[in-house]
Amino acid sequence: MSSSSLFNITMTAYMVSTCIFFGFLASRSKGVGLAGTYAALFGFVIQTVAIGMRWKESYDMGHGHAPLSNLFESVVFFTWTIVMIFLFIDFKYKYHAIGFFVMPFALFGMAWAQLSLDSGIEPLVPALQSNWLVYHVITCFLGYAAFAVACGISIMYLIREQMEQERHGAEAGGMLSLFPSIRVLDDLNYKAIMIGFPLLTLGIVTGAAWANYAWGTYWSWDPKETWSLIVWFVYAAFLHARITRGWIGRKAAILSVIGFAATIFCYLGVNLLLSGLHSYGR
Amino acid sequence: MATNKQGLTQQLWDFFCSLRLSIFLLIGLALVSIIGTVIPQGPQSEYLATISETKIRLYSSLGFFDMYHSWWFILLLYLLTLNLICCSIKRLPRVWKVVAEPVLIMDEAFEKTLTMVKDVKIKGSATELKDRITAFLKAEFAEPVVTEQGEEFHLFAQKSPWCRLGVYVVHLSIIVIFIGALIGSLFGYKAYVNIPEGGGASQVRSSGGKTINLGYEVRCEKFSVSFYDTGAPKEFKSILSVYENGQPVAGYQQVPIIVNDPLTYKGITFYQSSYGQSDEGVWYYLTVRNRNGGEPVKLKARQGERVALPGGAFLSVMEATMDVRPFMRGFDGPGAQVEFTPAGGSPKPFVILSEKYESLNAQHGDNLIITFDGMDQKFYTGLQVAKDPGVWVVWLGCFLMVVGICMAFFMSHKRVWARVSDKGVTLGGSASKNPTGFELSFDELVEKLNKYK
Repeated sequence: MSSSSLFNITMTAYMVSTCIFFGFLASRSKGVGLAGTYAALFGFVIQTVAIGMRWKESYDMGHGHAPLSNLFESVVFFTWTIVMIFLFIDFKYKYHAIGFFVMPFALFGMAWAQLSLDSGIEPLVPALQSNWLVYHVITCFLGYAAFAVACGISIMYLIREQMEQERHGAEAGGMLSLFPSIRVLDDLNYKAIMIGFPLLTLGIVTGAAWANYAWGTYWSWDPKETWSLIVWFVYAAFLHARITRGWIGRKAAILSVIGFAATIFCYLGVNLLLSGLHSYGR
Repeated sequence: MATNKQGLTQQLWDFFCSLRLSIFLLIGLALVSIIGTVIPQGPQSEYLATISETKIRLYSSLGFFDMYHSWWFILLLYLLTLNLICCSIKRLPRVWKVVAEPVLIMDEAFEKTLTMVKDVKIKGSATELKDRITAFLKAEFAEPVVTEQGEEFHLFAQKSPWCRLGVYVVHLSIIVIFIGALIGSLFGYKAYVNIPEGGGASQVRSSGGKTINLGYEVRCEKFSVSFYDTGAPKEFKSILSVYENGQPVAGYQQVPIIVNDPLTYKGITFYQSSYGQSDEGVWYYLTVRNRNGGEPVKLKARQGERVALPGGAFLSVMEATMDVRPFMRGFDGPGAQVEFTPAGGSPKPFVILSEKYESLNAQHGDNLIITFDGMDQKFYTGLQVAKDPGVWVVWLGCFLMVVGICMAFFMSHKRVWARVSDKGVTLGGSASKNPTGFELSFDELVEKLNKYK
């Protein structure tokens, strides 16, 4: 079996997982929630194997490199890290409802990669022939994924808060009862960003180190670099806002969503809309 | 007046110490940074042509074309630095006190401030219990400090108190990075040089347009470029040698450099950046024969040189390539742009190709047919040259930042107090982070102590 067909199975598994999580919100049965998590785990395992196979396939073609070199590979890897961080939080805190707000990101990523991106394995151009590629990409995307999970949790926060207000503070029933409480959501949002921020910092540092090694400049205000700094500023503001009163809850959730929007622009917008050194998106 | 003045200083101090300012500056920097990613930086005539005169004037007066070095952007960075220094100065002493002078005694009042307190009933004299609890804490948590007060003994043990300093390590790291960047911009430079194969350079041109003497010579022995089957470039490689006062420097001869593998000598680093075809000192090879028969004549010429042809005409090669594919659809092999001047006539420009396209070559040249046989193609290598004595300071700052963030996010200052008297033991605990997580391990500790007796 080739990596390509395994990626198709992965996409299907994530779709099934998303549907089951939707069913979980409707049925409120714990077993259904667990099934959603296992579907995600199944997809994750298959995807891990597929990424490994793609790596091996590139060696079979005679120009082996880690599968992190073009838009297709990066979207697949991003999806993989999102599911990994989600599974980590799911197994640790057991709030399956989060799945419905995070797995769609993974499903969307896989669907986009499989349906409309060029999946050919290309040899590495000279600029990418460096071990820094692996360190840089892995740290950046793990950071991005943590922010994606934080964004999903923040959306849950905003929905739950909105609905509680409509009910005038009455204890929520129905679908809402599956959501972690407002306080827990706020805390999980903070925890996810506490995972993401150090990774983003490492990603920026490894990027700077690589740039210095390849071009002699660790920082050149290239759009990609600048946007990564913008994302860093937003989350730094978030972390500082936590310790001042009044910036928890709703405002923190909004800041987290804005932060992820900036992250997505940094990842895709810069490549697709602006020009610069990271041109794999063209 | 005096109080007013003091009030103003106080206000200014409070202003720079405030977290609101930090949040404002961080979000402000994030917002204005967007401008420079949308407006191309540096003078780019293509972009300037697309916007109106008024916009150009407005943008350049606001420094938008070199935004990240504009006075107001630098000012924002300085304000952020000042803000974080003030915040640190204000808060550090308090935190330092917690780290350096821990509360050793859990009295009634202090006990009330703790959320985790448990009584453990153990029989024994105070002295005996003290020794047992000391051994217990040493084995299960950390070595305690014992203070005797009246009839009671107070034990205090803590884990990783210094992680409270993590935030300040991060703040310091930002200042260190700025210092490194400043050193680089004052004592370093970025430059560029093109060296033809077989040639050398002892001077480079900085990005500011200045000529910089290297103090030695870098020679390009050879340049090569290879491609994958797909046509994508695989490797750009220059073989460089360093010469000082005309003498080869040992250990720096025939050094291959590729993208992602530069050469450093005496603090200056040479990076493979670009390449091109060098026309200097190239020989072009031509064959000329008369349409009316006779022996073909082989000629060679330099670029632009007027070469006398049999019969009184002249020919100069303006430019040439070994591969015309990118320039002429449907043709391949070598080709040259030449200027042919018949005896007593005016110059005529045309293109000649290899022997394969003799019919095309025969369309020009009056009674001569001129064929381009090729050239000894030479490349030049384009090297990025950088000297940055501040780069190690920047890496130190980055290292501190990562360490500081890990200290601040992933470590917790855990403290345990024990009050030991003849009546029993009271344990108290606190953690700087993740109190729920610590509560579990605190309960576990109490459980173990219960079994310990």
